[in-house]
Amino acid sequence: MRRAALTLTAACLSALASVPAKAEALIAALSTHRIAIASNFTGDQLAVFGLVERDGRSVARADPYDIVVTVRGPQRMLIVREKERVGPIWINRNQRRFPDRSIYLSVATNRPIKEFLSEEAARRDKIGLANAQRPPTGFDFEFDIARFRDALIRTLEGRQLYTLDERGVTFLSPALFSSQIKIPAIAPTGPYEVEVLLYAGGSILARQTTNFEVVKTGAEQRMTSAAHDRPLLYGLATVAVALLLGWLATVIFRRD
Amino acid sequence: MQIYLPIAELPISIFLVLGLSGAVGFISGLFGVGGGFLLTPLLIFLDIPPAVAVATVAAQVAGSSMTGVLTYWRRNALDFKLGGILVTGGIVGTIMGVLFFNSMRRLGQLELVITLAYVTLFTCIGGLMLFDAVRAALRDRSGKPARRLREAGSHPPWMGLPLRMRFPRSQLYASVIPIAALAVIIGFIGAVLGVGGGFMLVPALIYFFRIPPAVVVGTSLFQILVTMTGATVLHAVTNQSVDIILAMLLLVGGVIGAQFGGRAARNLNVSSFRLLLALLILSVGLRFAVELFLPPNEPYSVVVQEGVQR
Repeated sequence: MRRAALTLTAACLSALASVPAKAEALIAALSTHRIAIASNFTGDQLAVFGLVERDGRSVARADPYDIVVTVRGPQRMLIVREKERVGPIWINRNQRRFPDRSIYLSVATNRPIKEFLSEEAARRDKIGLANAQRPPTGFDFEFDIARFRDALIRTLEGRQLYTLDERGVTFLSPALFSSQIKIPAIAPTGPYEVEVLLYAGGSILARQTTNFEVVKTGAEQRMTSAAHDRPLLYGLATVAVALLLGWLATVIFRRD
Repeated sequence: MQIYLPIAELPISIFLVLGLSGAVGFISGLFGVGGGFLLTPLLIFLDIPPAVAVATVAAQVAGSSMTGVLTYWRRNALDFKLGGILVTGGIVGTIMGVLFFNSMRRLGQLELVITLAYVTLFTCIGGLMLFDAVRAALRDRSGKPARRLREAGSHPPWMGLPLRMRFPRSQLYASVIPIAALAVIIGFIGAVLGVGGGFMLVPALIYFFRIPPAVVVGTSLFQILVTMTGATVLHAVTNQSVDIILAMLLLVGGVIGAQFGGRAARNLNVSSFRLLLALLILSVGLRFAVELFLPPNEPYSVVVQEGVQR
């Protein structure tokens, strides 16, 4: 009876854009808030540590805790194109635009999602690669958008930009957990949002968000901003360096 | 050892890039071509965004043709007057090419345009050169004398168009119009494909205008130097896709490779030289044709909308 009431309360709370439930609180911290890209950057990783803090008065739950860590990277307009056969050749025919999609997405849980969450609940709470970026309201009106979305996820998974790790969260003690976030070498620069959700019995008990950013530093930063802010100067400088190297070659390898 | 490319936004192995550009440089030194037509597809194959590959190879081609221009200039095998007309036409063609490149990129058909252009251009030119090389080799074997390059007092009709000019060093007296038109077309193709166009310009000048081959290579390198310098700056200004680190790596590898290629070229006879170059160009064309005609493994591709990328 009491459990049913609790579940109901939690469900209501999560429906109301979920403020932390009263019995548990979630504390999460990142090992760093800034991933720096320098000339030797080949990808990086950072750790999320979290603690489930229980109210002393409440009794222990029958259901175990489940943690979902979702990381959403910088958003861009992504375009998915489909090749089709036209006469003898294959060309891009159809395309679908996905506005404000993260180029980077990682979902980590302590056990397979379907073991603790129904498909419907996963869709509602935006859990999993397919659900994490579902628009909050409304439906996809185009009937064939699903295959484009699946192709988007499949392609970005292939590039290690989208990852799903259903054993990616480790409980170090019943209340303490950690998870690794892998940043691949081709990860886009910009802000990343980390969302940690605490589940028990299929509903959200607590939610905590934090963030980090991926930035170019040093020479990489200067070159990028030069290319964008002073394109003419940058172009001329590149050409000058190229011609200088070409001239240098004739000096070094001169034979006559 | 990996190095992060700031504009391409991915790390790449230094030795891989040096090795590749060295190999391409060897081929370009061997055949006297820029090598851009091999380098651009290779870079795209290494996951470098096509826009960055094309723009960066333009810088590399500019640098490596600088080496050639200086060498031919020293040997006095460079016609600046003819080169000036080629350059003027080339600049017009390059501007048109960069504009076309950017509009195709917006339409999402850049990949198709590049692939189609590679297929048609390379299979046609490669096929023609192969045909010619085989015919020359057969004639060689049967002991017939080679066809005379130029009959006295005869010239193809396009050389007699108005605005005729004398080019003493090239032993040419011809109309400016077809020369400039040729330069516009090659500048356009070069800017779109990120190639210098030497492999088109050299045979065109020899076959259509009967200019002595010794002068043609130096003059065509001069035209490529100027148009690719312009293309690099234009790509940098219009789409910020020139990667300076990648360009420098490609140049170092390419320049060293070209020196060895140039030395190897002296041990190669003319007919096998032409046969090999024809086969090389033809195989690049066929490689792209495979992509166009065979069903793809993954029909979908994902691209990031350009614009506010920082």
